[in-house]
Amino acid sequence: MTEQLRPDQGRMDYLDGNVLAGPMRDVFAVDLTTATGRCASCGQTSPMAGLRVYSNAPGVVARCPACEEVMLRLVRTPTSAWLDLRGSTFVQIPMPAEPAMMPGPTAM
Amino acid sequence: MGIVSPGFQGRRRPSGPNLPPGQYLTEDWPVLSAGPTPRVPLTDWEFVITTESGSEVRWSWDEMWALPNETPTVDIHCVTHWSKLGTNWQGVSLDTLLDGVDTTADYALVHSYGGYTTNLPLHDLRDGRAWVVHRYDGADLPAEHGGPARLLVPHLYFWKSAKWVRGIRLGLTDEPGFWETAGYHDYGDPWREQRYQGD
Repeated sequence: MTEQLRPDQGRMDYLDGNVLAGPMRDVFAVDLTTATGRCASCGQTSPMAGLRVYSNAPGVVARCPACEEVMLRLVRTPTSAWLDLRGSTFVQIPMPAEPAMMPGPTAM
Repeated sequence: MGIVSPGFQGRRRPSGPNLPPGQYLTEDWPVLSAGPTPRVPLTDWEFVITTESGSEVRWSWDEMWALPNETPTVDIHCVTHWSKLGTNWQGVSLDTLLDGVDTTADYALVHSYGGYTTNLPLHDLRDGRAWVVHRYDGADLPAEHGGPARLLVPHLYFWKSAKWVRGIRLGLTDEPGFWETAGYHDYGDPWREQRYQGD
């Protein structure tokens, strides 16, 4: 993980997108069916495994089991995957504790 | 077959000269759906065209089918690669519905019972190329195929022919719909194989 420095200024308050590679790889390497998600429409939190999935379609559509609104859409094209989570306010994914790797607030 | 792989795996037959690139012929009629099938009582059904100024034109079920009906026979092409030739429909032309609607809009966003949306240029709904249909092969359109009424725009991929159609919002700007915001092509011409964004 690297912090970028601008030549004319001191430290920036953000990191470049390369640092996403590790966490994202970790996230999508886990079994997402053990995750939980909160419906942006009705607010119910549900296990991802409990969503109602419609896959006989141009993409995969997962709906809230309570209100049937769309929580997740995933379209696979020949060259990319489109993941749309606008219907979920969060997705909580069980992860093993790795204290040394956990970013968090630092004393200034 | 992975769950995220688009492409309905029906019985495939060799492509023919009437088929757009990448399509195969099916005699079946695959049912694709992104959600539960809405059940709309005909007494509650309505079709609404909303213009860019917010004015609305509404038709009840009985008012809609009292309009002059047409019986188009058309080929349909699904983005999941199946095509079905010579399908027979009955419905009302969008030319009839748009006649008298005061608009300078360039775009249309079609919306359905159940929440589905799809967008297309308003021009593509005119000139005898689009219908609201309620009958297929001489029978009422089954709910799983979009009944009581669906849009029919056969010159574009079939996801533009919204099932359970409820209305059309006309606008001055293009507003991508359900699949168009998730990687599918904004226009969707099967003869140019415009399946995905960038095609």
